[in-house]
Amino acid sequence: MNVTIVDYKSGNISSVINSFKEVANDKVTIEVTSDVNKIKSSDKIVLPGQGSFKSCIDALNKIKGLRDTLSEFAITNKKPLFGICVGLQMFADIGYEETETKGLGWISGKVSKIDNQGGKFKLPHIGWNEINIVKDSKIFKDIENNSHMYFVHSYEFVPNDKKVISATTDYSTKVVCSVEKENIFGTQFHPEKSDKFGLKIIDNFISL
Amino acid sequence: MLKNRIIPCLDVKNGRVVKGINFVDLKDAGDPVEQAKIYSDGGADEICFLDITASNENRETIYDVVEKTSKKCFVPLTVGGGIRSVKDINKLLNCGADKVSINTAAVENSKVVVDSSKKFGSQCIVVAIDAKKNGDKWEVFTHGGRNNSGIDALEYAEQMERNGAGELLVTSMDRDGTQVGYDIDLMSKISSKVNIPVIASGGVGNLDHLVDGIKLGKASAVLAASIFHYGKHSVKEAKDYLDSKGIPVRI
Repeated sequence: MNVTIVDYKSGNISSVINSFKEVANDKVTIEVTSDVNKIKSSDKIVLPGQGSFKSCIDALNKIKGLRDTLSEFAITNKKPLFGICVGLQMFADIGYEETETKGLGWISGKVSKIDNQGGKFKLPHIGWNEINIVKDSKIFKDIENNSHMYFVHSYEFVPNDKKVISATTDYSTKVVCSVEKENIFGTQFHPEKSDKFGLKIIDNFISL
Repeated sequence: MLKNRIIPCLDVKNGRVVKGINFVDLKDAGDPVEQAKIYSDGGADEICFLDITASNENRETIYDVVEKTSKKCFVPLTVGGGIRSVKDINKLLNCGADKVSINTAAVENSKVVVDSSKKFGSQCIVVAIDAKKNGDKWEVFTHGGRNNSGIDALEYAEQMERNGAGELLVTSMDRDGTQVGYDIDLMSKISSKVNIPVIASGGVGNLDHLVDGIKLGKASAVLAASIFHYGKHSVKEAKDYLDSKGIPVRI
């Protein structure tokens, strides 16, 4: 089996690569590429994302055919895809960071700034926070409720259909931090930086 | 609930730890990778490397250290010391650092913070402020505390937030190395001024100082070096102590 980490030249993905390679441990091939042909033939895809919603969408659009290839992979062919941080946020229809930007539209909803109650809560939301698992998700196998995960973000994904939410975290409000819709998975937190529980989530995705 | 973070800091010179853990059965006590791993296994919420390599020809050693560490430690890794440009930041991030801490370059050329936070995102840009009290204000020092810029630390903190810093690492020059506790007044003033997280640094001598940094200094995270070295306290002990004082920590 091979798992492809999509390298679309947006932000720092070294930690994502390191963590997947650590977990894969030679059982699974980890590819890092933006080559659409390689992506098409992958078994699973990881879509990382750092920086702003707009910068990630712009970077994705710059690579010819990438957006369509990803949609074909996840929506038409229903193969497993895992979005991390802005990678998850891009599933939405629209994002409001910097300026209004159209997302991939895979899971209906919007990405807006966390309501920090007029400055009562600092932004970015940086550090370790507990996740409240609200639905059984395949990537949470053997993950206890209230496990700590590492977060760094100021914006949150607000899906229209609440049934896709698999976990939330408390920061000013109940922030959506994990979604699962059929073959599409995403976490707002960084499993690659969340120590052994984070690595377990990566392992769960690889083992799907 | 978001937890307060404990961040052990390792001073690295020419690729070797100069102040570090000196108590366990280390195969190589000067190996930064092994020491970072001990900290992350012990529950450190992040690891910080401060590169104090003086000569330019040995500057490359830190990249190798970061690359090896990021393959072993799966908690955030912050690297500071000697960062001059967006190019340096790019290189460290590519080696596996999750955040960089910028000190002198941020004072000398504010464009470095503006440009790098735009390019890589605010989440990986930490501005380190070395501040020293002068009368009723604090001034920002550069070059490892050798040069006084004369800049007001509180105004500077606000300016760095506007420029795109994701966090501020505030070190009291008066307290650094004294083990008498953080400069609480400085920490709480900066923390109240800005809306981004503040990491308190400089002066920790015991576990109560960590408590004070968070409770009184209003810091989101506390950084310490000496108390974790030489076996005085483990990260686990520090966390248990903070927990007993009602401070939310990841245990």
